[in-house]
Amino acid sequence: MKVLTDNFALYGEGFLGTVQLTVYASLLALVLGFLMASFRVAPVGSFRVFGTVWVTVLRNTPLTLLFFAVLLGLPRFGLVLPFQVFAVLALGCYTSAFICEVLRSGINTVPTGQGEAARSLGMSFGQTLGSVVLPQAFRSVIPPIGSTLIALAKNSAIAGAFSVTELLGTYKTLNELGYSIVWTFVWIAVGYLIITLSISLLFHVLEKRYGVAR
Amino acid sequence: MAVDPLIELRDVNKHYGTLHVLQDINLTVGRGEVVVIIGPSGSGKSTLCRTINRLETVESGTILLDGKPLPDEGKDLAGLRAEVGMVFQSFNLFAHKTVLANVSLAQIKVRKRKKEEADKRSRQLLERVGLADQADKYPAQLSGGQQQRVAIARALAMSPKALLFDEPTSALDPEMINEVLEVMQQLAQEGMTMVVVTHEMGFARSAANRVVFMADGKIVEDRTPEAFFTAPESERAKDFLSKILKH
Repeated sequence: MKVLTDNFALYGEGFLGTVQLTVYASLLALVLGFLMASFRVAPVGSFRVFGTVWVTVLRNTPLTLLFFAVLLGLPRFGLVLPFQVFAVLALGCYTSAFICEVLRSGINTVPTGQGEAARSLGMSFGQTLGSVVLPQAFRSVIPPIGSTLIALAKNSAIAGAFSVTELLGTYKTLNELGYSIVWTFVWIAVGYLIITLSISLLFHVLEKRYGVAR
Repeated sequence: MAVDPLIELRDVNKHYGTLHVLQDINLTVGRGEVVVIIGPSGSGKSTLCRTINRLETVESGTILLDGKPLPDEGKDLAGLRAEVGMVFQSFNLFAHKTVLANVSLAQIKVRKRKKEEADKRSRQLLERVGLADQADKYPAQLSGGQQQRVAIARALAMSPKALLFDEPTSALDPEMINEVLEVMQQLAQEGMTMVVVTHEMGFARSAANRVVFMADGKIVEDRTPEAFFTAPESERAKDFLSKILKH
């Protein structure tokens, strides 16, 4: 208990860092994932190719390697940003590949007749996707998107290895100060639980609200 | 032949893999005409119907609507589709929207009408198909026949030049077929141009100006219903009619 009370500020800072990484990277992942899913079902061939390449490359790259590529690679091309922004980029892009595939599988659960009906009424591809297909796809993708974002929250720990302030990274300082390693990690775990359970709860509410049976 | 052609298909061909589903199809539908397409399963009649608003692409030949060839993908095609309504075998009402919103959606998105204006027109059309009291329900709460009538109202909401019906009663219980056919009869009498793929011979007889009989991807006969049903010319049509009219 003393570990927590003595170092509340340190824990708080780490906790906040993880929350920030999770929230910003989630937003980026959702936006990019949405865009890439639209690309992958677009009638234009080159869009589909771009979406497929995006998913294939990012989903099959180990996240640590991606962090190295972004944090060490991008500055070589003259792009120098705070490490936290780099971390959000790496996490967001990586997770967007998974979000994209979740959304796409949701789109595939919507019967083709729905899209055909919309198109037969003269609606454009964007209107069909936005007003007819995605709202129905959304209902079936709420649970898997929740899982993906929980995975993102936990993956954010990798950013600690690249000197971004986040929850797991606090153990180094605490360890040096001589606190019990077990209790240090117990409180770190509690911190992660708070974040992941909040995401679970949020998605549970969303599912109750929107996940209506067809 | 029709004096004022609205839909024209010239030498249209299409393959599914090795299957030649549409073989040199030539068909003209005049303004205000009701053309019923019948034929055995797999004869290409649904495919033919779907090519007219380009839900199916064709490999060769031209399709003209109101004298203009069908545009390729994009805005022009969407514009064309708004002019040609389509009613599907499986209704395809938007499952996440109420009946009223189903009929209003494309009016708002495509015709850029205001919501109140669109809803007003939608209610009139629902009244016309006898479903004014169901406006706030979801499609899943309606019977098949009711859903199909909503689908017809949805197509009418765009004020189309022509309506395509792709086996509109094939997924319905026998009891519900009539309520849909009555709406279609009424439309035919009002002078709507219609292309109807169906197995309802009674409808073909009473409402059609012409019956097109298709088999194996070809148009075998194209005649008045009276002539077709009483004295079919081809062996294929005789065989088909003898099978379906036996019961």
